[in-house]
Amino acid sequence: MIELSDVTKTYKTGAGSFQALRGVSFRIEDGEFVAIMGPSGSGKSTLMHILGALDTPTSGKYFLNGKDVSTLCEDELVDIRLGQIGFVFQSFNLLPRATVLRNVMLPLIYKSVEKSEREARAKVSLESVGLYEEHYHHLSNQLSGGQIQRVAIARALVNDPSLILADEPTGNLDTKTSEIVLGAFQRLNQEQGRTIILITHEKDVAEHSDRIIHFKDGMVVSDTKNQKNLH
Amino acid sequence: MKVEDFFEETLIALSSNRVRSGLTMLGIVIGISSVIVMVAIGQGAQSSIQSSIESIGSNLVQVMPGAKRSFGGGVSSGRGTAQSLTLDDADEIAANIEFVNAVAPEVSSRYQVTTKGANTNTSVVGVTEAYPNVRNVSVELGVFISDQQSKSLAKVAVVGSAVRDDLFGENGEAVGKIIRINGIQFTVVGVTEEKGGSGFGSQDDMVYIPISTAQKYLTGNEYITTISVQGVDSDSMTELQDSITNLLLERHNISDVSLADFNILNQADIVETASSVTGTFTTLLAAVAGISLFVGGIGIMNMMLTSITERTKEIGLRKAIGAKRSEINTQFLMEAVVLTLVGGVVGIILGVCVSFMLSIFGVIQTSISIPSIVLAFVVSVVIGIIFGYYPAKRAASLDPIIALRYE
Ligand SMILES: Nc1ncnc2c1ncn2[C@@H]1O[C@H](COP(=O)(O)OP(=O)(O)OP(=O)(O)O)[C@@H](O)[C@H]1O
Ligand SMILES: [Mg+2]
Repeated sequence: MIELSDVTKTYKTGAGSFQALRGVSFRIEDGEFVAIMGPSGSGKSTLMHILGALDTPTSGKYFLNGKDVSTLCEDELVDIRLGQIGFVFQSFNLLPRATVLRNVMLPLIYKSVEKSEREARAKVSLESVGLYEEHYHHLSNQLSGGQIQRVAIARALVNDPSLILADEPTGNLDTKTSEIVLGAFQRLNQEQGRTIILITHEKDVAEHSDRIIHFKDGMVVSDTKNQKNLH
Repeated sequence: MKVEDFFEETLIALSSNRVRSGLTMLGIVIGISSVIVMVAIGQGAQSSIQSSIESIGSNLVQVMPGAKRSFGGGVSSGRGTAQSLTLDDADEIAANIEFVNAVAPEVSSRYQVTTKGANTNTSVVGVTEAYPNVRNVSVELGVFISDQQSKSLAKVAVVGSAVRDDLFGENGEAVGKIIRINGIQFTVVGVTEEKGGSGFGSQDDMVYIPISTAQKYLTGNEYITTISVQGVDSDSMTELQDSITNLLLERHNISDVSLADFNILNQADIVETASSVTGTFTTLLAAVAGISLFVGGIGIMNMMLTSITERTKEIGLRKAIGAKRSEINTQFLMEAVVLTLVGGVVGIILGVCVSFMLSIFGVIQTSISIPSIVLAFVVSVVIGIIFGYYPAKRAASLDPIIALRYE
């Protein structure tokens, strides 16, 4: 369960400071599939970084599964990320010099998981997004955009996180490939009950979720259940 | 993160840019191998000087006439030209001083030495029977001068191998032949074994005759030019030197050491002086090579910084998905250390090979010591740590968010 209360984020810039988040509060229950929408520069990625324990809020509280994450230090945040969160980034998702398999194993390498076990887990993870043996030893420049994003999703899954965050995972993909990637998210949500928060610009993409939060100028402007998808 | 994973990451990173890694490593290879070669050259010089000093005899103290100082000014004559030592001095040293093994007085000067058809200008040394033992000379053919011959003023000579070659041709028959020294006839009774070494003062380029014969027929006076005293062991050399000084001061009626009419040279002092000179020489060579090693280190740092800038996003991604600051730090430090370590090992191998070649092809004598290899190895690791430290620190402190946003 995620609980934000009055979270703000202020960036220091050359001239002064810029407030990217101005008091954001909401709750997301376990197993929800939430889409976050909003114009460019409205603070979506900033929010996502805080939700993903990559950054801490300037003020306000963030509780992840009952634990206050907003005051943790760098290394404690790393442990939260390794243990509970899977992240698919807006761009640059894969290490260019590592194979698909190694990219997916990376979180487990940092978690000091045994070689045989992490390989097995990486393969399970890759299979769950529809990537098989023949791609394991490719480098990222030998993959299509959709495949790259699916590898990134596989990596986000590999440490069995309860929360998956995706920052415009279909940003650079055509409609057909987007459908494949979104299908992967939907299955994770429906079949495995994982909480998914996804940022998008596109209405079609947001339609796959069951709740849509609209953002503008660092504030929540609307928070609606997506009737079509409620089951 | 496990150690073997650090190694694997390092390998992936370094092998993905082989040319750059190789060139950077080359700087270290050149630096380390030149340090090894330079030190080997320095130590080669040191050991060859040392062995040539030791070849003139072991545990040796040499007494030579000193500049005669007269009261009320006056120009003092140079060392060795004074006439102050006699055979009696030598006998007294042999008779009265502890720690003495043997005493070999000599009278030496340069003369024209001739045979029918050949002549040479060489050192003619008047010696006693003790000389070969004290000065480490051995006879190859015939016999050496005996004390009996010295007593009877025999006109016999033992020639060095170089003199033999000059007068009788390469390896020519010399024993039994007649030579003329300063016009006086001598019979050759022996030839000394070749000792190597060349130039002024080589023991191969000498003619030995009985000391009293030399005094009577050549110098015409009772003075001698050197007393070589062999001590019983190396520990008692200083005491030996002191007692000889005291004895001679007393015999010459001199109360002030600074007015002594003789000089005493201790072989240990000569070795020490020579090795301090070659030590300085070695340090200088090593310092020059060290500079190239330092430049190699800067190359490592430069490459690491470039690589970190290029890999900013990668570092951000690694941190975002679970790398701790310390793990990033270790990983980059390891890249630098592996580079310098491999470079160091290659450099050591290259340096040792080059040093051997220099010796084998007779370019210059080298001597490789295990400590210099161990040191080179340690230094290469230390260079990796020093020059990798700052880049690694910089990589580790990157903020993952800024790194991921970095274009
Ligand atoms: N490190 C920073 N320093 C200063 N300002 C920043 C920094 N990071 C982000 N911002 C500012 O914060 C605001 C929100 O940025 P954010 O990346 O969250 O937008 P976004 O909603 O994700 O936009 P997009 O849809 O284009 O990805 C932007 O105006 C941006 O300029
Ligand atoms: Mg964004």
